[in-house]
Amino acid sequence: MAAGALARSVARPRRRVRPGRVVRYLVLSAGAVLFVAPFLYMVSSSFQPLSEIFSYPPKWIPTNPTLENYTGFFGSGHQIGRWILNSAFTTATITILQLFFSSLVAYTFAKRTFPGRDFLFFLGLATMMLPAQVTIIPNYLILKGIPLFGGNDLAGVGGHGWLDSFWGIIVPNLVNPFGIFLLRQYMKSIPDELLDAARIDGAGHFKIYWKVILPLSRPALAALAIFTFQFWWGALFWPLIIISSPQLYTLPLGLALFQEQNRTVWNLIMAGSVLAAIPLIAAFLIFQRQFVRGISLSGMKG
Amino acid sequence: MAQVAVPRTRSRPQPRRKPRRGVRGVLKEMRREWTAYLFNAPGLILFVTFTLYAVVVSLWISFHDWDLIEPDRPFIGLGNYREVLGDGAFWAAIWHTVYFTVGSVIPAMAIGLGLAMLLNTQMRALGLFRAMYYLPAITPLVIAAIIWKWVYNADYGLANYYLLRLGVIDQPVQWLGSRGLAMPAVIVMGIWISVGFNMVVYLAGLQAIPAELYEAADVDGANAWQRFRRITFPLVAPTTFFLLIVQTIWGMQAFDQIFVMTSGGPPGPGGATTTVIYYLWQQGFRFFRMGYASAMAYVLFVLLFVVSFIQFRWYLKQVER
Repeated sequence: MAAGALARSVARPRRRVRPGRVVRYLVLSAGAVLFVAPFLYMVSSSFQPLSEIFSYPPKWIPTNPTLENYTGFFGSGHQIGRWILNSAFTTATITILQLFFSSLVAYTFAKRTFPGRDFLFFLGLATMMLPAQVTIIPNYLILKGIPLFGGNDLAGVGGHGWLDSFWGIIVPNLVNPFGIFLLRQYMKSIPDELLDAARIDGAGHFKIYWKVILPLSRPALAALAIFTFQFWWGALFWPLIIISSPQLYTLPLGLALFQEQNRTVWNLIMAGSVLAAIPLIAAFLIFQRQFVRGISLSGMKG
Repeated sequence: MAQVAVPRTRSRPQPRRKPRRGVRGVLKEMRREWTAYLFNAPGLILFVTFTLYAVVVSLWISFHDWDLIEPDRPFIGLGNYREVLGDGAFWAAIWHTVYFTVGSVIPAMAIGLGLAMLLNTQMRALGLFRAMYYLPAITPLVIAAIIWKWVYNADYGLANYYLLRLGVIDQPVQWLGSRGLAMPAVIVMGIWISVGFNMVVYLAGLQAIPAELYEAADVDGANAWQRFRRITFPLVAPTTFFLLIVQTIWGMQAFDQIFVMTSGGPPGPGGATTTVIYYLWQQGFRFFRMGYASAMAYVLFVLLFVVSFIQFRWYLKQVER
């Protein structure tokens, strides 16, 4: 980044010098075009027949726009529909259960006193320092040894346990110390008087959590939901390790392996990529404010 | 993502209310607050199984010649660790990971800060610009990698086409196929992906700086560079530190883009873009050398711990100044 551009931008908003403003817009627009271009190129390519994709110079606007890439992708002999459903199911399950479990824990950390609380909280914080790599291999073996699943006996041997199943994708990823921490920080700002009032009205702990804490924590819950959904909708690494049956592939896993095995059908690959990107883009355009607030929430308050 | 709140570890848990209650008192309180344990139970069971127990299992495995297929798994003490430390491919992977992380994180943060400063005014198109720069960050990594693999295509890709037209290169370049250029190519894509996030976080940090400071600096006749050096940069230091930690962790985990774009290659000693986690995946899940991969994870843990420690010290020094 040129120092000039950095310095220019410090210029105060209300100065009347026009050229600075023009330059600002020019720089921002040029950059924005560069950032969006690869993405637009993918969308455009997904509507071009293969002959146009393999043309030189590259085409930005399809001469003969076609939907054949999309139908071709679904008819490519893979269970594309299943992959999409698998992604939707695992992502939704992880997001919802993670919000539920994390908010329960966060509530007790933020608003209740019980022996062992500080120890548990400290333990959770300490493990945030742990690189994810350390738990990959043991978790694979733990999942492989889950008793009575996937052909395993009571001792957890003989079969594949929770490997190659949605259990293996979902269950190890239902708690996330970061999420608990984010929610706890937010819940601490909820006034105790509200909880006391609910208690006087005869509400139990779960009712307080459900009727008072959860509705008031909505911004933090939204932020965590967005992060979790975004991460798991695009996740490759964990499904790649756990899943081996093609009918259980998630969309990113299926696409990554599809493009590896079919190196020349870029039209189909592009159509599949657009399909995988659309849900997140749509969510972002609809919830842009929540996205931005969630990111600042994690950065500033978290 | 899990490590996002690292800088906050300094906020200690509150001091205990009553220092001495006796075992009986504690038990009584535990009985009274039993629902708190119930609320914690699902999370705690998962945490104990997939984090605490896993860490111990990992250490245990790392002392064995643990092959997923071989039923015989002899104890070999520090054998795996000795092999990791002497493994040229492991150190090459460390180097590639550092190369990737430093190469993409620093520019992405600088560009993100620059954009945030450009956007930090009353401007009409703020939402539009923000959305455009954030678009890559919202794209799943696998998809972004697929797009860029096509952009870098030697015969039909956009990169070669425009660079040839601009006269930067005079013949098509094998971006992902040459040992020297593959990593820079992956880095450019990494910058593209992460600028948006840096920009949004920096924008939130900049908006917290009171405007009076800049007005006072103007009165004192400070120029633009001085205002940046003396006001903006020091006051966004906490944001910088937060981003540095989060982005470093992100860089250390680089896998998806390597898997899709280069498969760790181009081939040659170590594979020019084989990152640590890609190497760990190869050893553990392609060659089934689970003991070796576990030892590698622990060596990495120690290295990362040292890096975080140094970053933290640096941050404290910045704050004191």
